[in-house]
Amino acid sequence: MISETLERYKSYFDAFEKSMNGESASAVHARRREAMKMFLELGFPSTKHEEWRFTNVTPISQTQFQPSTLSSIADVALSQIERFFLKEADGSRLVFIDGLFAPDLSSVDKKAQRITIDSLANALKGNVSAVETHLGTTAAFDENGFVALSTAFMYDGAFIHVPDNESVANPIQLLFIATGDSQPRVASPRNLVVVGKNAQVSIVEGYYHLRDQSYFTNSVSEIVVGSDSIVEFDRVINESDSAYHVSGIHIAQKASSVFTSNAISLSGLIIRNNVTAVLGGEHAECTLNGLSLGTGAELIDNHTAIDHASANCDSHELYKAILDGKSRGVFNGKIFVRKDAQKTDAKQTNKTLLLSDEAIMDTKPQLEIFADDVKCTHGATVGQLDDEQIFYLRARGISLDDARDLLTRAFALSVISKIRIEPLRKKLDTMLQEKLRHGRLENA
Amino acid sequence: MLEIRNLHTSVQGKEILKGVNLKVNAGEVHAIMGPNGSGKSTLAQVLAGRETYVVTKGQVIYKGNDLLEMDPEERAREGVFLAFQYPVEIPGVTNTYFLKAALNAIRKHRGLEELDAVEFIALMKKKTEILHIDNSLLSRPVNEGFSGGEKKKNEIFQMAVLEPQLSILDETDSGLDIDALRIVADGVNKLKTKENATIVVTHYQRLLNYIVPDFVHILVDGRFVHSGGKELALELEEKGYDWVKDPDTVSA
Ligand SMILES: Nc1ncnc2c1ncn2[C@@H]1O[C@H](COP(=O)(O)OP(=O)(O)OP(=O)(O)O)[C@@H](O)[C@H]1O
Ligand SMILES: [Mg+2]
Repeated sequence: MISETLERYKSYFDAFEKSMNGESASAVHARRREAMKMFLELGFPSTKHEEWRFTNVTPISQTQFQPSTLSSIADVALSQIERFFLKEADGSRLVFIDGLFAPDLSSVDKKAQRITIDSLANALKGNVSAVETHLGTTAAFDENGFVALSTAFMYDGAFIHVPDNESVANPIQLLFIATGDSQPRVASPRNLVVVGKNAQVSIVEGYYHLRDQSYFTNSVSEIVVGSDSIVEFDRVINESDSAYHVSGIHIAQKASSVFTSNAISLSGLIIRNNVTAVLGGEHAECTLNGLSLGTGAELIDNHTAIDHASANCDSHELYKAILDGKSRGVFNGKIFVRKDAQKTDAKQTNKTLLLSDEAIMDTKPQLEIFADDVKCTHGATVGQLDDEQIFYLRARGISLDDARDLLTRAFALSVISKIRIEPLRKKLDTMLQEKLRHGRLENA
Repeated sequence: MLEIRNLHTSVQGKEILKGVNLKVNAGEVHAIMGPNGSGKSTLAQVLAGRETYVVTKGQVIYKGNDLLEMDPEERAREGVFLAFQYPVEIPGVTNTYFLKAALNAIRKHRGLEELDAVEFIALMKKKTEILHIDNSLLSRPVNEGFSGGEKKKNEIFQMAVLEPQLSILDETDSGLDIDALRIVADGVNKLKTKENATIVVTHYQRLLNYIVPDFVHILVDGRFVHSGGKELALELEEKGYDWVKDPDTVSA
């Protein structure tokens, strides 16, 4: 017996399948069907589920969101979205409206000939082998109902393929714009990034919105990093303050690869980011950084899991949260060190700045270590702005508000400064200041 | 410029200043000496506006206005400067950024144009030369990882940039090596004009060889027990605090 909610998604899935003609016989679609089956089994998680203890997703399951794939793409002009671009970082840009690729708003750098930067929907039509191999396999969907649901409806998103020995000079921007039109929609963008050996690419994923409406983004990114390659994957989450954002970032790293992700959660009523990284070859390095800025009633939940499946790998995590109003933050960082993963060096840091008495942070490190010759450290702090620092600044003529802003920005800066893309750092600093000053962002 | 009348303060219910009186005119240098814990830093912090110290009695008039009514930032903008005995570290905020924000807040208050980046850098360069400050300190976070002496020098550097009217130097000399002491004292003397005044809190006569005070006051247990000219510091150095602590030998 399944609930009304699941029934509803099942009928959406049937409609989606019908609209597909021909493609429904593909291997990828078989994976979708499997995922749908899994979703009907798993359903949406409840707070009884250990992984979801602090994040109640009832508002998501109870809203009647309609998958955006079932309607045609909304009409959006370039002038409405230009403000979301990283102007000085000219490279390829793929724009998605409610999860669907908008070719007219996108532009692909012609210099990057051997590199594939396309929409997933296009790649699916072309029977690309990298897609068949990796799509829906790096992101396991048998544990988390959201991944299962997203996989069932995967259809569009970005497909980036960087062959061996290639490097992409300019960062690739992926912009996901929610229109907040008509009835509440769920978009399930799926990004697949496949990077060969000794290759390099930087990707910036940005989630923005046009109207302050309720909608649901249920995105999954699968990132395969070949040996000796360097990948930076940065994320800016600026959803409407009545929207929900659940994301899964699933990374598979080969030997001597270097992966870095900086995820900045700026706005959204509920934001839940799940990151899993498997270090599947020796001397791989994985860095996950995150910054959350919660105000009002926002809930920002970051779950990370790093699997040291090989010896001699390093992982670093720095997650920071700034919480104001009645906002809540959650951080859960799992580190697994397998039996053979000797000489693992893992460091996890979680720091929270509470700007109000009503904000709450729940933090939990979870280290499971089965090897004996390893270095694993973790630390978590939760604190407020320092009175002595505030007084020192004021004693030099800086106003109380400016002193608080300055110290809060300084707290955030240690994450933002890790981003290697300068225009992005600048944009984030501006957005951060605006949100600190006004408590919210004018869909910037 | 400054008049303190019968000032009493307490912290966490404990009375620390027990009736301080002091008058400072423009152009003067006053030295405050006294044993550990006598309340020197408390007085300095109260003048700068630190809220942890509660004023229970008394008045402070600065340039004709009630100083105690003003917020710390307002006092700074009106020209009060405290060189902290223990300068605070501010990770993530560079010295340059911090000083530019401070200077422009003060300039704005005084109806002056804010300085742009180029003008500000030129000013910093000029001031670093006066104080022989290593330029690399400017791009580092405020006081973070600075040596004790570097922190003290940084305080005087800030004073040089902000050009206050009333400077209160709380043990700026402790922790300085002999060369740094000379440089700092030299800087303070260069910044001295007929319009500004300086209060120097110190334990050591040697600083007063460089920054020559017009008056020396001795604070014991929250009260000035003795005031005099610069020779008082010499006498104190010779005889120690027992001499002033004993009410029979001293007429305050
Ligand atoms: N925040 C506080 N809480 C409790 N007691 C305090 C606080 N601040 C100062 N005091 C106490 O007040 C007294 C005076 O302290 P203050 O720092 O003013 O002394 P001082 O004369 O500057 O000493 P020193 O020469 O050691 O710098 C001391 O007994 C000190 O312990
Ligand atoms: Mg003191």
